[in-house]
Amino acid sequence: MTNTENAKMDMVASKIMTTQQSVSAAMNPIDSLERQLRLTARDVTVHYGAKQALHGISIDIPDRAVTSFIGPSGCGKSTFLRCINRMNDTIEGARVGGTIKLDGEDIYDPSLDVVELRARIGMVFQKPNPFPKSIFDNVAYGPRIHGLAKSKADLEEIVVSSLRKAGLFEEVKDRLSEPGTGLSGGQQQRLCIARAIAVGPEVILMDEPCSALDPIATAIIEELIDELRENYTIVIVTHSMQQAARVSQKTAFFHLGNLIEHGDTEDIFTNPVNKQTQDYIMGRIG
Amino acid sequence: MTDQTAPAAKQPTQRTLQIRASLRRRHLSEQIFRIMGIIAICAALGFVALLFTDVLRKGIPAFHQATLHLDITFDPEIIGVDPAPVQIAGQSAADFNAAQLAWQRNVAMLNWNNVITAAMTEAAPEGFEIDSRALLAIPETNARHVVREAFVADPSLLGQTHRFDLLASANVDNWVKGNIDRSLDDSRQQLPADTRGLVDILVENGTITQDFAWGLFTNVDSRAAPASAGLAGAFMGSLYMMLVVIVLAVPIGVASAIYLEEFAPKSRLTDLIEVNINNLAAVPSIVFGLLGAAVFINFFGLPRSAPLVGGLVLTLMTLPTIIIATRAALQAVSPALRQAALGLGASKTQMVFHHVLPVTFPSILTATIIGVAQALGETAPLLLIGMNAFVASIPGSPVDQATALPVQIFLWQGNENRNFFEARTSAAIMVLLGLMILLNAVAIFLRTRLERRA
Repeated sequence: MTNTENAKMDMVASKIMTTQQSVSAAMNPIDSLERQLRLTARDVTVHYGAKQALHGISIDIPDRAVTSFIGPSGCGKSTFLRCINRMNDTIEGARVGGTIKLDGEDIYDPSLDVVELRARIGMVFQKPNPFPKSIFDNVAYGPRIHGLAKSKADLEEIVVSSLRKAGLFEEVKDRLSEPGTGLSGGQQQRLCIARAIAVGPEVILMDEPCSALDPIATAIIEELIDELRENYTIVIVTHSMQQAARVSQKTAFFHLGNLIEHGDTEDIFTNPVNKQTQDYIMGRIG
Repeated sequence: MTDQTAPAAKQPTQRTLQIRASLRRRHLSEQIFRIMGIIAICAALGFVALLFTDVLRKGIPAFHQATLHLDITFDPEIIGVDPAPVQIAGQSAADFNAAQLAWQRNVAMLNWNNVITAAMTEAAPEGFEIDSRALLAIPETNARHVVREAFVADPSLLGQTHRFDLLASANVDNWVKGNIDRSLDDSRQQLPADTRGLVDILVENGTITQDFAWGLFTNVDSRAAPASAGLAGAFMGSLYMMLVVIVLAVPIGVASAIYLEEFAPKSRLTDLIEVNINNLAAVPSIVFGLLGAAVFINFFGLPRSAPLVGGLVLTLMTLPTIIIATRAALQAVSPALRQAALGLGASKTQMVFHHVLPVTFPSILTATIIGVAQALGETAPLLLIGMNAFVASIPGSPVDQATALPVQIFLWQGNENRNFFEARTSAAIMVLLGLMILLNAVAIFLRTRLERRA
């Protein structure tokens, strides 16, 4: 990535930030601190053993917006997503270089506790993966381990409000003690979102959250993502360009471990600068 | 084809014919493989059936034993001791105690066989001439102790008649069960002719019956009185060893498996440990016995023949089984579950203990029970730490001398009184197999139950 491109990107990002901030400030004047939150990645590289999976990714992710990562299989979009909450740490032989900052704080700083980081950056996975426990316990697990609820009533309130935010409460309110694995695929995925929300994260990462779901469940999740955008920074990896176009405000296109192009979703889809982006969007590669 | 007009049967092409030719070959090999599999399974089942029928055929008779129902009169003339001392007013406790001991000594010194001979003569038909030696071949040699104990426990029996169920001797049991060829001449018979005649009469009139052999479960091993030999000592010995194994092998095995699988850094050292654990599972069990003798007995000075040492040796033997099975169970947990927990900010320990372990619990439990069952059936290492000693008492603690069920089978199998102990051996095998089946049934039951709940 050249310097001029970098500068351009920064400019665009800051412009977006300001508009975003003014919008959310109008909606929610109390959280003025949180609105400054954003992720900045500079020259992020990932090696799996001898193989390099990411080549110097630099990107800014704005607050209270949905950023989508698109690109063909194996392009590194999921790898980069997993750098943001350090899930790559759990993979044997993975090495991450460069810096990623959350609110100006380096998340790979050795003094930073990864447990705390993951409480601030929640994640929703490709396949719905509820715990083999009750619906209630699934949502209550995060608050429990982080000691977020002072009393039982507190915990119940967190669970109910999280389920509400995930748009699942009405469907499961009579069977909170039933196993979460007994729900349908789409409901399971919303349960996973509720579970992530319950911890009160600032950022939610979603790794192809709809790829295992049917179109109706997908539509519900997409609506939900759109609602959540008001309160959270959302990063979504998706295979579907239509989905990226529908839910995101910013889009980044990855190819072969490189970030080829990123910017406003509208621009990327209507007026891509790069030839590869154009080809991908037109369906010629990938 | 979905054409409107039915297409004319097409001549098969060259390619179709080629596929057909190869198909025939493939079907044939499949057929052969299936038949071979069925033959293998039939052979295996056949041998198992053979083993079971043999063990059952030989062992079932041992659960019933010739028992002698005798009316024994505690005739003061034969017994000839004073009545038991009673504490007199003013007598000191020590004096009374001394008197009591003296009385007990007198009772013990008596020839209680006289009492039994008298009772036997009474039971024999009028005018049946038989010498007392031949007469005493009928009850088991411990009969006099049984009668004496009863008298010591209740001295008021003096002058009274009481009915006793005494075990008949091993030879009489064999004779009654028809294990001895009746056509053999006297010189080759184990019982004198008079005794055989009297036994037949006593069986006829119901004095000797085949009763359920409770003694098999409640008595300890015996050589002097083979008919009273039982499994209680060996059973308790095995029980103590299993306790030691469960208390040591399960926590150590599961903990090491969790550490190796979830926490240990992947390095040459952990690789080496892994290879060694896998090899340990293949070490012949008798080597563990040598190790037990060298380390636990010679170095640490633990007692010989003790279930504690047996349990320690079996723990070493069971550990690899439990570690390998637990690691396999942990490996089988889906990465999605781990990611879900980590993604929420659970620490590694929380991930393992809140999510991974509960899911693997049924597998670990099954592995543990199977490992313990394996240990229960192990004989070879116990021979080297002295657990094949003849122990005629029930161990009261894991450091008392004891033997174990499989070792008891080994000992009975080698007993010189073949005719009688063949059945006992098979009966002991049945008891051991019964325990094994019970343990495995518990494992299966718990597994299905826990899996249904999960």
